Amino acid sequence: MPTPATFKKKYLSSPLKKEDFYTGLVCLAPSLVIVILFVVLPILFSLGISFFDWKILAKERPFIGFGNYIRMFTNPEFWLAMKNTALYTLGVVPVGAVISLAMALLLNRYIVFSGFFKTAFFLPVITSTIAVAIVWLWVYNDHNGLLNIILRALHMKPVGWLTNTKTALPSVIIMSIWKNAGYHMVIFLAGLNAIPESFYEAATLAGANGWQKFRYITWPMLLPSTLFVLVTNTIFSFQVFGPIYTMTGGGPVRSTTVIVYHLYVRAFEFQEMGYASAAAWIIFLLLIGMTALQFRLSGKEKLL
Amino acid sequence: MTKLVSIKPARVINHFFLYAALAVLTVIFVFPFFWMVLASLKTNMQIFAIPPVIFPKPPMWKNYILVWQNVPLARFYVNSIFVSSAVAVSQVLTSAMAAYVFARLHFPRKHLIFLLYLGVMMIPTQVTVIPLFIIVRKLGMIDTYGALILPFLAYPYGAFLLRQFFLSIPSDLEDAARVDGYPRFTILFKLIIPLSKPAMVTLGLLTFMFTWNSFFWPLVATNSTEHFTVQVGLAMLKDQLHMMGDWSTLMAATVLATIPILIFFIITQKHLIRGFSLSGLKY
Repeated sequence: MPTPATFKKKYLSSPLKKEDFYTGLVCLAPSLVIVILFVVLPILFSLGISFFDWKILAKERPFIGFGNYIRMFTNPEFWLAMKNTALYTLGVVPVGAVISLAMALLLNRYIVFSGFFKTAFFLPVITSTIAVAIVWLWVYNDHNGLLNIILRALHMKPVGWLTNTKTALPSVIIMSIWKNAGYHMVIFLAGLNAIPESFYEAATLAGANGWQKFRYITWPMLLPSTLFVLVTNTIFSFQVFGPIYTMTGGGPVRSTTVIVYHLYVRAFEFQEMGYASAAAWIIFLLLIGMTALQFRLSGKEKLL
Repeated sequence: MTKLVSIKPARVINHFFLYAALAVLTVIFVFPFFWMVLASLKTNMQIFAIPPVIFPKPPMWKNYILVWQNVPLARFYVNSIFVSSAVAVSQVLTSAMAAYVFARLHFPRKHLIFLLYLGVMMIPTQVTVIPLFIIVRKLGMIDTYGALILPFLAYPYGAFLLRQFFLSIPSDLEDAARVDGYPRFTILFKLIIPLSKPAMVTLGLLTFMFTWNSFFWPLVATNSTEHFTVQVGLAMLKDQLHMMGDWSTLMAATVLATIPILIFFIITQKHLIRGFSLSGLKY
């Protein structure tokens, strides 16, 4: 920390500097107070709680050290939830990225009604997760859902999309890809738009074919967009909650219990705030780790 | 984005496949909504009829009236509109002020504070939701508008977005105003903010939409229909109606809950889509 004297010299020595300092205080205060009070403090608080047997209605909240963490790591349901979350993320992120990139490439040229297509692909993005989940609950319905009607019309056996332990998680994955594809498409389109036309012209003169242009111009130039899509979607997928809550309630037989759903049930149905906070911190650490890993793998540490 | 890109020679057959692919995609993205609207106009008998009834005759518009009469949807709308507007307006304002400090002012430790903001953006809601619940409960604000608004009056993302935008405004303008003796406050509100209107509008719309669609926090922070947002109300309704197998009412309610945000999107899509693509350029 600077001593009061140097501080004074640096920030309060002239009327203009003084004005900056006081204006800065007034302008930053509302934002900073809210962020500290409702984001920074809760994180530290959360870490603290995770070392206590903290039940919201209990009078005593004894310190139990790593008790919650030990209980969590020896709880098969926690590991099942981790496995389901990993499967969900692995299903949603790469496939979603490929599909949305393909959609962006389709639209990245002169297209009649391109605005119409973009709006259509974007509809699921702006519709709330809950509404979308209810729509898909009906699409997946065992009796007369859209998919089973199509299967029956093709003389195939109907599938219990959300009622079968084998198909429930993939069904939620398909819905999530569908919901977010339009958003990632827009990110890719912005990235494609930033690639200078002259690169392609030069490649054409050099006799490159379509694949070579994609491989040696589009793909490397799109790396920042791709990275953004992968990183944000991993973070986002790891925290999936709304569709699980609405469509499956973690079932059938816990086949769709993901980590945040596990946390929710523990915290707000069993009131075990300590245990749930420990789970929250594990999620947080995993997310930091995965983000760092993705940046390292792509050699783009500097971009952070 | 619609500029002429002639990567390949535009052949008729190519175009045929291109438009065929786009048409198929459009069906995939739009049909589930259409299917929902069809279900909302059926009786529950028709919904489960085999062979399936595709187009109900006559359409049961009554379903909508029943929903409107039996579910306090209007209340949920009002709650969502009030909460989302309050959060959006406040975030735009607090973000603009903070962004101005980061972009222009000589202020102690501003780079450190900015880094803190960047770090905070990476934190998932789930990590903060439990302590937030405990804090808000201590403040006696569970199941109030305060619980839904107060924690979100400011958020780092807006400050980050607007800072980038402010930095792109030439500082000559501001220097000239300072030479003329205008104070920083006047410059912020009379020069910088008016010049950044497009960015502020985009930020406001994005924030409104995220708040409107948010679910986890409103779910744990409210427990009466008086303060339910549209999303929480819809989820509660789903629990009831799904159990009773009353699909037509549930679909009608979902259509009614979705229409306002669709209209909002169609009016504002230029700003919104630009906002979404901006979010990808932040690296």
